[in-house]
Amino acid sequence: MTAKTLYDKLWESHLVTERDDGSALIYIDRHIIHEVTSPQAFEGLRLAGRAPWRREMNFATIDHNVPTTPFKSAADIEDETSRIQVVTLQDNTKEFGIRNYGIGDTRQGIVHVMAPEQGAVLPGMTVVCGDSHTSTNGAFACLAHGIGTSEVEHVLATQCLVAKKMKNMLVRVDGELGLGVTAKDVVLHIIGVIGTAGGTGHAIEFAGSAIRSLSMEGRMTVCNMAIEAGARAGMIAVDDKTIDYCKGRPFAPTGDAWEKAVAYWRTLVSDEDAHFDTVVEIRAEDIKPQVSWGTSPEMVLPVDATLPIPEEEADGVKRSSMERAYEYMGLTPGMKITDIKVDRVFIGSCTNSRIEDLRAAADVVKGKTKAASVKQAMVVPGSGLVKRQAEEEGLDKIFLAAGFEWREPGCSMCLAMNPDRLEPGEHCASTSNRNFEGRQGNGGRTHLVSPAMAAAAGIAGHFVDVREL
Amino acid sequence: MEKFVQLKGLVAPLDRANVDTDQIIPKQFLKSIKRTGFGPNLFDEWRYLDEGYPGQDNSKRPLNTEFVLNQERYQGASILLTRRNFGCGSSREHAPWALLDYGFKVILAPSFADIFFNNCFKNGMLPIVLPEEEIQTLFEQVESNPGYELEVDLPAQTVTRPDGTKLSFEVDAFRKHCLINGLDDIGLTLEDTEAIKAYEEKRQALEPWVFDVRGDL
Repeated sequence: MTAKTLYDKLWESHLVTERDDGSALIYIDRHIIHEVTSPQAFEGLRLAGRAPWRREMNFATIDHNVPTTPFKSAADIEDETSRIQVVTLQDNTKEFGIRNYGIGDTRQGIVHVMAPEQGAVLPGMTVVCGDSHTSTNGAFACLAHGIGTSEVEHVLATQCLVAKKMKNMLVRVDGELGLGVTAKDVVLHIIGVIGTAGGTGHAIEFAGSAIRSLSMEGRMTVCNMAIEAGARAGMIAVDDKTIDYCKGRPFAPTGDAWEKAVAYWRTLVSDEDAHFDTVVEIRAEDIKPQVSWGTSPEMVLPVDATLPIPEEEADGVKRSSMERAYEYMGLTPGMKITDIKVDRVFIGSCTNSRIEDLRAAADVVKGKTKAASVKQAMVVPGSGLVKRQAEEEGLDKIFLAAGFEWREPGCSMCLAMNPDRLEPGEHCASTSNRNFEGRQGNGGRTHLVSPAMAAAAGIAGHFVDVREL
Repeated sequence: MEKFVQLKGLVAPLDRANVDTDQIIPKQFLKSIKRTGFGPNLFDEWRYLDEGYPGQDNSKRPLNTEFVLNQERYQGASILLTRRNFGCGSSREHAPWALLDYGFKVILAPSFADIFFNNCFKNGMLPIVLPEEEIQTLFEQVESNPGYELEVDLPAQTVTRPDGTKLSFEVDAFRKHCLINGLDDIGLTLEDTEAIKAYEEKRQALEPWVFDVRGDL
């Protein structure tokens, strides 16, 4: 028998049928739904008179549009278009018999925080959602990726997707991560090495001792940003941490079924001699805390670096991208990263809004005060359950005492579809995943960092090296 | 879905790499619950000098005259020529919807982001990958020849330049078949209903917990 990668195994176990033209039908175990990319799909079902194939395989919640200030009903959502989407999801899930963790439900939260938290996502599954950061769920040895709205409708109607097998890529990070170096720094470093299109056409498996050393929260952070390296799917093999995380979750199996599941899940690792089309090796010791400086996640550097000189870039297309990024970001080639001043801080998003992220940020903030020059520092937990746990641990009090704001769960300023946003020209130390032009608000300037680095920038008023605190 | 077979059309050059879906259609316009009407807000932050919001009268907004799509010579373009990794970022299908609503049916680039690429085919649009050198030549020709048109032939898998040079491209057989015939994916998949049911039965025996999620419904 030929050796298989984890991705090969997941692909084969979900193959429904292969067609003569090389395409295949793969089975989808979990479909996560949110308010922004689903309305047109439900409308499509209605127009065609179709019903969901298996309504129980779908999990819906609201996240992109919701305010992060307290609200009790849809009527409290001031923005009319946001309110319509939230209400439309309520109506659609009700009509089609799909569960929806909506307003006032403690399980409500960012799709990729909620699903693992509920045990809706378990090892060996295929998971899709109309959201590119679905790759997050690959941390559980799942084949998980984003889809467009036409495919949302397709999955609802058939529980399948038409797909073509991707190539296998291995990113191995071996060694020990230094103090102050987090999962976010690992993945930003990887993107800096392979570029934003480095993983295009591939499913990436993250492996190596440094990846194994990460908690499940950290692994989710790494897989979350596989898409920022161009790969739709990122994944990590099963080990004890994976199994421990799943145990006791609301939708995890129990009793004999649990034992049987665990025995199967243990096989969800790449075989020793498995073939990868592309292999990237990274030394954990080379990774420092990262800060993005430009308008693409590959424009990222260690915190102790100086900004690059466009004239030194040989590739003409890259050089003009850099020049455009400088113009947009209002920065000067050659300046030190630690000289970049920060106007706002955002701690949250599907990348970094889990309990471990909030603890890391609170650790840095404890007993200190936000710099007067920083207009706002916002902490947005990933779900109602994360929020509750953080409050039980007293993290909210630490943030509030330091002048940080403590908000309700949602996507918030990661993409600024709700009222949380940057003003033109403002620099933000953000734990989110994309530094695209206008992403956090028209004219806003995003710097991607870890939760500890964001918190430290909020205290100092500019980027600082957390290793020196 | 509308068929796509052949197209002869005006080419507009967008000389930027890594154009992301936030640029193609900014998030404030994703609040619509429709599939149409996104065209006036395509590349909104580059096209207009003010900040756009849903529902405004776009005809009264100040245009950024430096932005290429605002130039007179590219009005009515149906083919977009651009650089590597076009469509990176989010999975929003609003990106191809906006391009289509504006009038683009073909996009030429050296590479595309995976999800965007896939989404185009679901909407009767054809994204074509050509080698970087050929894209470079096309940029030079488009910019120095007003009214520059290309002919795209999907069955023959060729792009023909005005001088008659034919550039060939690859396309996945299934996607090509669906585009040429304007086929609805879901209808096709449902023809495999028996196979899906047989798969479910087999899988349920192996991993019953995957299917055991009715408890709360």
